[in-house]
Amino acid sequence: MSVGAFLTRRRGRCGPDVSDVLTYAYLAVGVIVMFGPVAWLVLSSFKTPAGLVEFPPSLLPMAPLTAEVEGYDRPLPLYDVTLPDGTTARLAQVRRVGLEAQMVDPDDPGEVLRVPVADRTEVRSLQFRFENYTEPLQRFNFLTYLKNSVFVTVTATLITLVVNSMAAFALAKYRFRGRNAVFLVILGTLMIPLSVVLVPVYLVIMQVGWVNNLWGVIIPGAATPTGVFLLRQYMLTIPDELMDAARMDGASEWRIYWQVVLPLAAPALAVLAIFSVMWRWNDFLWPLIVLTRSEYFTLQVGLNAFQGELNVQWHYVLAMTVLTLLPITLVFSFLQRFITTGVASTGVKG
Amino acid sequence: MTKTRKTRAWPRLLFALATLFALATAGAQVELRITWYDDGNEGQVLRDLLDRFEAENPDIRVVLDTVPYATGILQSLPLQLASGEGPDIARVTDLGGLSQYFLDLRPHLSDAAYWEANFGPFLDWMRPAGSDAIPGFMTQLTVTGPFVNATLFEQAGVDVPTGDTTWEEWADVTRQVAEATGTAYAMVMDRTGHRLAGPAISYGARVFDEDGNVVIDDEGMRAMMQLMVDWHADGTMNPDVWIGSQGAYAAGNESFVNGQVVLYMSGSWQVGQFDQLIGDAFDWRVVPNPCGPAACTGMPGGAALVGIADTEHPAEVARVMEYLASEEVLAEFYARTLFIPGHLGLAERGVDYVSDSPSAVDALNVFASQVGRLDQVAYDLQAYRYNRFVFDAMRDRLTQVFVGELTLDEALQRMQQDIDAGIAEAQ
Amino acid sequence: MEPSAASRGLGTLLGRAAEAVYAFVMGLLGLVVEPLQRLLGVRRMPWVFLLPNLSIFGLFVLFPVFLNLYVSLTGGTQLFPQDRPFVGLANYERLFDCGSYADPNSCVEDRFWRAVRNTTTFVVFQVGGMVLVSLVTAVVLNRRIRFRSFFRSVYFYPVLLSPVVVALIWKWILQRDGALNALLIGVGLEPVNFLLDGRWAMTWVIVVSVWAHMGFYTLILLAGLQSIPAELYDAAAIDGADGWRTFRSVTLPLLMPTMMVVLVLALIRAVQTFDEVYVLTGGGPGTATMMIVQYIYQTGFATQVQRFGLAAAASVLLGLVLLVATLVQLRVGRRTEGHLA
Repeated sequence: MSVGAFLTRRRGRCGPDVSDVLTYAYLAVGVIVMFGPVAWLVLSSFKTPAGLVEFPPSLLPMAPLTAEVEGYDRPLPLYDVTLPDGTTARLAQVRRVGLEAQMVDPDDPGEVLRVPVADRTEVRSLQFRFENYTEPLQRFNFLTYLKNSVFVTVTATLITLVVNSMAAFALAKYRFRGRNAVFLVILGTLMIPLSVVLVPVYLVIMQVGWVNNLWGVIIPGAATPTGVFLLRQYMLTIPDELMDAARMDGASEWRIYWQVVLPLAAPALAVLAIFSVMWRWNDFLWPLIVLTRSEYFTLQVGLNAFQGELNVQWHYVLAMTVLTLLPITLVFSFLQRFITTGVASTGVKG
Repeated sequence: MTKTRKTRAWPRLLFALATLFALATAGAQVELRITWYDDGNEGQVLRDLLDRFEAENPDIRVVLDTVPYATGILQSLPLQLASGEGPDIARVTDLGGLSQYFLDLRPHLSDAAYWEANFGPFLDWMRPAGSDAIPGFMTQLTVTGPFVNATLFEQAGVDVPTGDTTWEEWADVTRQVAEATGTAYAMVMDRTGHRLAGPAISYGARVFDEDGNVVIDDEGMRAMMQLMVDWHADGTMNPDVWIGSQGAYAAGNESFVNGQVVLYMSGSWQVGQFDQLIGDAFDWRVVPNPCGPAACTGMPGGAALVGIADTEHPAEVARVMEYLASEEVLAEFYARTLFIPGHLGLAERGVDYVSDSPSAVDALNVFASQVGRLDQVAYDLQAYRYNRFVFDAMRDRLTQVFVGELTLDEALQRMQQDIDAGIAEAQ
Repeated sequence: MEPSAASRGLGTLLGRAAEAVYAFVMGLLGLVVEPLQRLLGVRRMPWVFLLPNLSIFGLFVLFPVFLNLYVSLTGGTQLFPQDRPFVGLANYERLFDCGSYADPNSCVEDRFWRAVRNTTTFVVFQVGGMVLVSLVTAVVLNRRIRFRSFFRSVYFYPVLLSPVVVALIWKWILQRDGALNALLIGVGLEPVNFLLDGRWAMTWVIVVSVWAHMGFYTLILLAGLQSIPAELYDAAAIDGADGWRTFRSVTLPLLMPTMMVVLVLALIRAVQTFDEVYVLTGGGPGTATMMIVQYIYQTGFATQVQRFGLAAAASVLLGLVLLVATLVQLRVGRRTEGHLA
């Protein structure tokens, strides 16, 4: 089979052949590589702290089976024990001291047996530790952070869409002096990552009085050069005749903008909206600087504060990470077709 | 629009009501913000104490903002303080470096003498040189020292060394224990120069010259650093903390709590946390700081709760601080958080620690007994205004030696450079 | 973008409500904008449209850049620029003060040069690897396969994850007791502490970064492939060209403009990498994976003595590099557009 045949676009054969097999194999590997790590995260988030530490780790969340034993207020973990006479029994462990475990028969708890640690193996079952999700929510003000994140994301996206589309409209549909200069300047700012101008931007925010204010997180990032670039590219493909016709009908420029051009640019707007939601939801460094009062924290900042505490508790961190992933995953699964066709169509005109 | 008459009445009424409400509540409640971090459960304890304060002082509301230590206190707080956007009260560890931002509570205190008597020596740590300001009090005094997993010793059949020991001895013994019990690593140390300083001083590091300038390169410092290099090279020390951690500060408590290491060099603030997290999973205890040719010392330290100079309500801040620093309140705070008191009166009388486990109380007693063995150089270093530069330089450059980017000689040179550069810029 | 038949009913209802709100809001905004048109005339309208964007840019992006430039010429540790002493090019001199540029250890600011070296390595291999993988994936996705949109989404999913989440996921897999080592032990190999080994750390940082971003570029390349007219392939087939020849003379040249876009976009982003790497390795072990943006962040912000001037100088230099890259992209983009036209 030639490499070229593999690479050309058309197939028209009935029945699978080697290149098809390779194709699907590649795609299957892709699914494992792309989703695998995330799936591993999700599965791990249901494990007990002990389960997270054990090595080699088990794939599924396994936890020790426990039993209620008369005379003990907490449920005791069960073990399969090889007794001195060679038989195995399932016993409950009261306490482990060094190399010896004190165990009782769950049905006959009167007698305490001392069993060497080596002679016992844990009895485990598939258990999903949902407490990993509920416990931190009590310490971790999830709803407030969620509310802040949603507010920032939605407001920022709306503002971004309006402001960027207006700028793109001007740059795409008008000829005026200074147009190229403005476009270059806007593009040029693509090369300034926030982490580089952190302190100056913080100073500006401070002077404006937006420290510890969600607007300090929303406004600065609203004028994205990528957004302007994307929308302009797309608007260039909208025929000018439509605008001329509208002008002849007496429409104002503003009307042309929102009644003619914007609806036609809907695919690009959708892409920008999705990107904006993504950027804003995941935005971390900037909110971290601007927001120092916990009631204003967004979810990422809250999550980081949570996992940054001196005592790292992985089972909580993993669970909260999964929670942070969920909204974007849901949005994605609804809008994925927009995203994938949109990115393609606007990116290709580079 | 013919509804104008009706619609105009509503806004006016609402506005009037709003103004009345605002006037009524104006000056009613002052809100104070405390920036706090947690080692263990002290946030909850503080919240309880503050709730009681608020009940008796309805005109003050205190909000507790708990932030992570590394990013919130070490990174963000200095920036906030420099830009004037800080809280009213903060719990800080870099006492010297941030002292310029602290509020002098003295004019607002009803009994300054009480503060002098009980917090006297520690106030020097919080003040700019030569001032007599009273910025706050110590939330805890800390002493560094090693924790060991006694259960592992038992399982290996090795006795826990007692009496005066050296770090090399501990390295040997813990290696033995680790091998016998199949534990991954023998020792682990928190990733900060502050932790290393105690052992270094024990081995003869003087840190300062006669004029009080920092001279990092001397025999003692070299000796200890070489030991650290060797331990990381031969697998005695857990590399995850010094080599593998992201961010500047990292603690080794996770591996100790999970029983993956035999000895953990940290300090007394961990006792509360260990009490909760380890429970009866294994027996843990604190051992005295190992000795070197010069001393058997750890490093003193602690965090302080201080008022911030930029606050709009200094009088209210003073009231909250006086309440929290009062003897009964502090006694309860220390008792529940398992911290060593930074209050001379309580230190003498002893604190009734609240704990089910004898391990915790024993541990605290061992730490308390270590206070007497702290070397003068350790106190000097802790009180030194720019000690943060020293600790950071030690940490960062030594890590580079561990991974082979620098030799120890080059690293010591660079440490000196970094420290000098930092001090020069700060002045 | 066909709405599915099932949701069409609800869709129309929501759609009409949304349209009404849209028209209302736009009408309100028009109350501000339209009078401006009467005032300024149509010719000046573009500036009205540009105004919000430019104001935000000006205040929060451009002004800080100039402020940053000024700060790079100052020294001291004061936060406010007006309190900082002017030191001219001292910060730049300090950055360039080296015995030999090839050996970071001979430089005063050795960490800066290590960061430069690391970033260069990272950019070369990450961009190269990612473009290659994206190209192959795009070619594969371009074939007639079932569930194409599902597979497209699969590759795109990691792009959506925040850098913190990406780093956490992989940290969890790569650590000494992680899943990867478990797999290695399972097949009888020795476990490796990936994140603590200098070479492995860089390799994995590159792999994780490719994993997280390739989906985006795959989609762009896919669109590029799909925009190649089918007639050209037919013509090539009629001429008797085999697959490889077709790829070389039809696919590749027509894909070149898109490839250029992808290359430069990827480059610009790679140079600015910070979040993922920082959370994954912290720049470690030692400084093996410290990138230039981390150097700037650390020097100016995260260390105890915050050397704003030095950090600003380093960031100006970074900006210059990126400026060159952007200009190159514009030049190349214009030339290839000309080619096709």
